[in-house]
Amino acid sequence: MSLTRLFLASLAAACCLAAPPALAQQGAKPPTTDDCLACHGDPSATGANNRSVAVKPEAFAASIHSQSGLSCVDCHRDLATMTELPHPEKLQPVNCATCHEAAVQQYDQGVHAVARRTGGNTVAASCKDCHGVHDIRPSSDPESATHHLTLAGTCGKCHQNDEVVKRGRIAGSDVSRFQDSIHGQALSRSGLVSAPNCADCHGFHDIKRKTDPSSRVFRTTVPETCGSCHEGIELRYAAGVHGTALRKGNPLAPNCVACHTAHGIVRTESESWSLQVLKECGSCHAESVRTYRDTFHGQVTQLGFVRVATCSSCHAAHDIFPKEDPRSTVSDARRVQTCGTCHSGASASFVKYDPHADRDNPERNPLLFYAAKFMHALLIGVFLFFGIHTTLWLSRSARFGRRGPRPGPPDDEGAEA
Amino acid sequence: MRTRAMENRPTVHDGPQYLRFDTFNRLLHGLLMFSFLGLAFTGMPLLFSDARWAPALAAAFGGQHAAGRLHRVFAVLLIACFVTHVMRLLHRLFVRKELEILWGPASMTPQPRDVVEMIAHLRWFLRLGPRPRFEHFTYWEKFDYWAVFWGMGVIGGSGLMLWFPEFFARVLPGSWFNVALLVHGEEGLLAAGFIFTIHFFNSHLRPEKFPMDPVIFTGRITEHELIEERPEEYDRLRAARTLADHQVGAGAHWVPTLAKAVAIVAVTLGLVMVVMIVSAVLF
Repeated sequence: MSLTRLFLASLAAACCLAAPPALAQQGAKPPTTDDCLACHGDPSATGANNRSVAVKPEAFAASIHSQSGLSCVDCHRDLATMTELPHPEKLQPVNCATCHEAAVQQYDQGVHAVARRTGGNTVAASCKDCHGVHDIRPSSDPESATHHLTLAGTCGKCHQNDEVVKRGRIAGSDVSRFQDSIHGQALSRSGLVSAPNCADCHGFHDIKRKTDPSSRVFRTTVPETCGSCHEGIELRYAAGVHGTALRKGNPLAPNCVACHTAHGIVRTESESWSLQVLKECGSCHAESVRTYRDTFHGQVTQLGFVRVATCSSCHAAHDIFPKEDPRSTVSDARRVQTCGTCHSGASASFVKYDPHADRDNPERNPLLFYAAKFMHALLIGVFLFFGIHTTLWLSRSARFGRRGPRPGPPDDEGAEA
Repeated sequence: MRTRAMENRPTVHDGPQYLRFDTFNRLLHGLLMFSFLGLAFTGMPLLFSDARWAPALAAAFGGQHAAGRLHRVFAVLLIACFVTHVMRLLHRLFVRKELEILWGPASMTPQPRDVVEMIAHLRWFLRLGPRPRFEHFTYWEKFDYWAVFWGMGVIGGSGLMLWFPEFFARVLPGSWFNVALLVHGEEGLLAAGFIFTIHFFNSHLRPEKFPMDPVIFTGRITEHELIEERPEEYDRLRAARTLADHQVGAGAHWVPTLAKAVAIVAVTLGLVMVVMIVSAVLF
């Protein structure tokens, strides 16, 4: 310990010792912030168990509570009536609900409070884990842990912390994937406050599990949650087959995150996503993807290249309708226009091409069915005949070596020579 | 000493040599080989898009889009090759009045003797008869030739349909493009499979020729080969006293060396493709 610090420590001790008579003189008047900081303002102040009890005076001074005129004892209420110093080591926990009643009520409904109450989970976040303690700033302050642009990092303090993830049995990769996603990048790289952070989808105080029907991220609520920003998409999705099926209670109907994922959302122009979403469509529409793979479009995407039509190129992404519906992009009325987006000059005859032709289905594609049969017969016929021809020839001429047999007649060497 | 040893080898320099393929046809065959290998390698990734090697092969050409462009370049070369050949045939037929290309020993037209020779050849394989005495073109050579003709029509035609679908859709219904895609792939597979196994064996890899028959590159066969492999032709030419008309000099000394290098590369590539096709079909 340096001499300076030794001096400061002695000074602090002296203050503490000198304080009681002063307090006693003032009667029951609660201590002021300055009184508290006289001891706690020393960075080396520790309690009996050697735990730091220091408070940074400048951090508290900049906090919303200090700025709005609150003093230490407004939160540490059990010290307001204190008469002796040093005060007891063990204080009552600060009750934020004294002022923030509504917020705490909401918090009590949320996953963090439930985990603490019912699961005995001591690592689940309480008020101070997100908001801080003495240094709480309003969320409008860019320095705040709950500012729109910094919130994901604050959630990540626990949700990216291996120890907390393990003890709390929570998903650990969501925040990382979010930070790499289009939303995360919009926040961190582009500084867009219009981009959503964790709370925009999950809520803040009343975060619910996705399996809870009152959750913002419950399966059937997701479109509405995403729609709070992507309103135009939500309208189109709601009109389309998937939105309709979701509303009717079809348990297989995809919501937004089924295709886009929840946290790792990427630009739909990206190649990897275009290829990924094909598989996603195929997880329900297996037959359509199988027949698609038999066509040029499907073969090119199979190779990992996407300069060709994928599912949404023809069927649209959100406002998908059955092809009998005139609103469908693959309806008879609109197919020329749809194919024409890539194939300029597509005609009514051109769009009779079947992008999901099945060579094994004689009802749907009779011409293709018989062409395939013919080609198979031709392949098998040619290879069978010449396979036998070659094998026989090889076995016959192998014994003659490089110079080959002399032409007949007569075939002397053939006679068991 | 090396050169002397090479000259003494009883191959192309041994005895009188006769011209089987003129320079024009040899060059055409070279162009055919080059473009066909190119077409096979740039086309197979798409046909076997789910094979493990397919993305890597497509990427080797600079991606599927680039592979597709190369495929079209090779296609133009092959079509040019085919058109040149047909023009030359027409020229021989109508200008030079070489009617013998239509029928007879020097003609590619399938004739009754081809059926007879094929049966006799099969009987010889089974030790049921003597080896047939072949003429200028054997039945399997004619099959190779007409297979290319058929393939040019079918693969070339379907390929052009797929290249310019909007244009062809003016006259053809869309369902034909489904057939075109199927036929283009299957016929391409047939062609590649046939050339890289049957044709390679018949012309190069069988024990009498192993590792290769340089005739399509040098254009020349020795008198020995003529007598052994095409005795009917030899006898016919000798009887007509025109044998000497077909005799040629040894040709440039570098041609057989180059031929060997080219053939080894081509045969290797072809066999690699066969392994890739088989692995794609089986696994």
